[in-house]
Amino acid sequence: MFAFFMSSGLFLGWSLGANDASNVFGTAVGSKMIHFRTAAIWCSIFVILGAVISGAGASHTLGKLGSVNAIAGAFIVAFAAAASVYLMTKARYPVSTSQAIVGAIIGWNLFTGSPTDYNSLTKIVTTWVVCPILSAVIAIAIYKVVVFFISKFKLGIFSQDILTRYGLLLVGAFGSYSLGANNIANVMGVFVPISPFSDISFYGWFTLSSAQQLFFIGAVAIAVGVFTYSKRVMATVGEGIFKLSPVAAFVVVSAHSVVLFLFASQGLQNLLIQLGLPPIPLVPVSSSQAVVGAVVGIGLLKGGRGIRWRTLGGIASSWAVSPIIAAILSFILLFFLQNVFEQEVYRPIKYELTPDAIEQIQTAKISLGGIEHLFGNEFADARRFHKLLSHQKMLVDQNHNFIMASTEFDKLEISAHRFDVINNQIITEKFLSPLMEMGGVVFNHKWQLEDALAARSVYWRQKENEKTHTASLGRRIDYICKVFRTEEN
Amino acid sequence: MDFRILKRKLEIGKRIDDFLDNVSESGLLFKLGVDSYLKGNVESFEKKLEDITQTENQGDSLRRSLEEQLYMQTLIPESRGDVLELLENMDTLLDRFKGAMWRFEIEYPAIPVEMHNDFKELVSCVVDSVEAMVRSARAFFKDIAAVSDHMHKVSYWEKQSDKVSTRLQRNIFRNNELQLSHKLQLRDFVIHVDQIADQAEDVADKLSIYVIKRSL
Repeated sequence: MFAFFMSSGLFLGWSLGANDASNVFGTAVGSKMIHFRTAAIWCSIFVILGAVISGAGASHTLGKLGSVNAIAGAFIVAFAAAASVYLMTKARYPVSTSQAIVGAIIGWNLFTGSPTDYNSLTKIVTTWVVCPILSAVIAIAIYKVVVFFISKFKLGIFSQDILTRYGLLLVGAFGSYSLGANNIANVMGVFVPISPFSDISFYGWFTLSSAQQLFFIGAVAIAVGVFTYSKRVMATVGEGIFKLSPVAAFVVVSAHSVVLFLFASQGLQNLLIQLGLPPIPLVPVSSSQAVVGAVVGIGLLKGGRGIRWRTLGGIASSWAVSPIIAAILSFILLFFLQNVFEQEVYRPIKYELTPDAIEQIQTAKISLGGIEHLFGNEFADARRFHKLLSHQKMLVDQNHNFIMASTEFDKLEISAHRFDVINNQIITEKFLSPLMEMGGVVFNHKWQLEDALAARSVYWRQKENEKTHTASLGRRIDYICKVFRTEEN
Repeated sequence: MDFRILKRKLEIGKRIDDFLDNVSESGLLFKLGVDSYLKGNVESFEKKLEDITQTENQGDSLRRSLEEQLYMQTLIPESRGDVLELLENMDTLLDRFKGAMWRFEIEYPAIPVEMHNDFKELVSCVVDSVEAMVRSARAFFKDIAAVSDHMHKVSYWEKQSDKVSTRLQRNIFRNNELQLSHKLQLRDFVIHVDQIADQAEDVADKLSIYVIKRSL
């Protein structure tokens, strides 16, 4: 069943491969500098590597925007995104899967009454605007360096030809890696929270997390898109829209790849944090818009003539139009799937001000001024509860989120007979034994389980500044919740 | 794509050099040939004629194989058309030198002694303009920024040869000892030689466009 529901994600991946691979290798193939087959092979390999190795960063941001928690819902979200990409492409609008998937997730949020994290949304939208501008700036810088290099070393026509070919191949590989790392979140991001896969360890050398396995499948779909459909698009890009010399193409692809990498690299983000600099948000951006930004950058450097301002207007309007169409489509399709086909498109989340939750909030020294009268009340829908909290002017945003997390009702019963179901690849012995000690205990909130486990075993405790450890703990907790969740939720 | 392309690149660069050597050489042979002709040294003239014919044949086959290689191996796809045109134009210059030599051999024009120096000067200017063109073409392949250093010399020598050619034609027609038919024959010779410089300038004009197209 999961395979069927994931098909919409694969469809989205395929269309991403068919369209966006042409941004990376289009000019090189169109101008006959690189054979299509060579380009397709390199592109596929590096998209897969990028997705599996560095795909987690951007998908985390999408996850924060809205955590799609039922498989049928994820199917619709990905399908709505893919369909709007298809429709917009037909209408000849410059479209991006990133924008479509964000719209589709917001559609799911609206349908299910989940709150949209405006912090993440602002971060994402700002990044979309920044992406082409940054790409233009980087293209200008790279262009200057390349021109200096060519004139300084007096490169002959044939040497330049060879260097450009290898250069195009290398930046193409880098571009494909960045594309995989940055955009796999669009394809598979919504399936991550509900992935049925468990971590696979390869003789202790390295571990493929469940998300990485999903990313691998998504990246293969992208690769199929590259092989089956991108040839035509590449020819159009190479000869039609951007008539670029191979050297200019090299500059454009380099700038595009750097930008996509910047918005996908967790390593770089950690480095910036360590240096005390503001980190770059990890957000899926549009590779087409990065390319257009770079081309415009070179155009501006050459005096600004011949820039098609209409194309730029199209990009700006697609920032608004694509997400709105995807959101509407997602909303309508979710309605149909839920009411006509009777599928569960989301797992409802309740909020309850239980005595435990109140104690937790008070321990964190957050004032409950104004909402005491709600003690013991249940809220079936996150948005209503969120709205209620918003009326409390005393609460700052962060406290707001803390209260939401503390009151999220999730009844978990650690019943002994469920221990057999646990996959011992995900919950290994050292993680399992503290859990088994708690047999029979009932929790009302997820954080109670986390606290109880952390109190019992050092393995379940969070460590400061260790993001991967925190992430893998989170995955284990989510898995345990899935196993021990009771019907009462 | 693999590393064979690197080897092909070295090969093709060398062959283009060889081809341009042929063009340059044909100019020198032409100059020496006309010198021998004016001195009345028939044997030496015929030897130069033979050499220039051979050089032209070599040039032709080199050009053909270069064209084939550029297209078959999709080298420099963005400038391929321009490079082919340049090679063909350079080959035309080579042909013209050979053609002029043959014309001497066929018609054996009687050139009055007082015009010998002007004739030599004309030939020298024409050969210099083609030589400057060959240097420009070499620079186009090796160091594109240096093309303009050589290209302005093509125009300079073309103008010089125009001046000499006008002077010569004036002298020919003001010479009362020559018959009209003889005058017309000599004038045709002068124009025929001068046109080689004009052609070199045309090639240079085209080359300047190729350079702009390749400018980054």
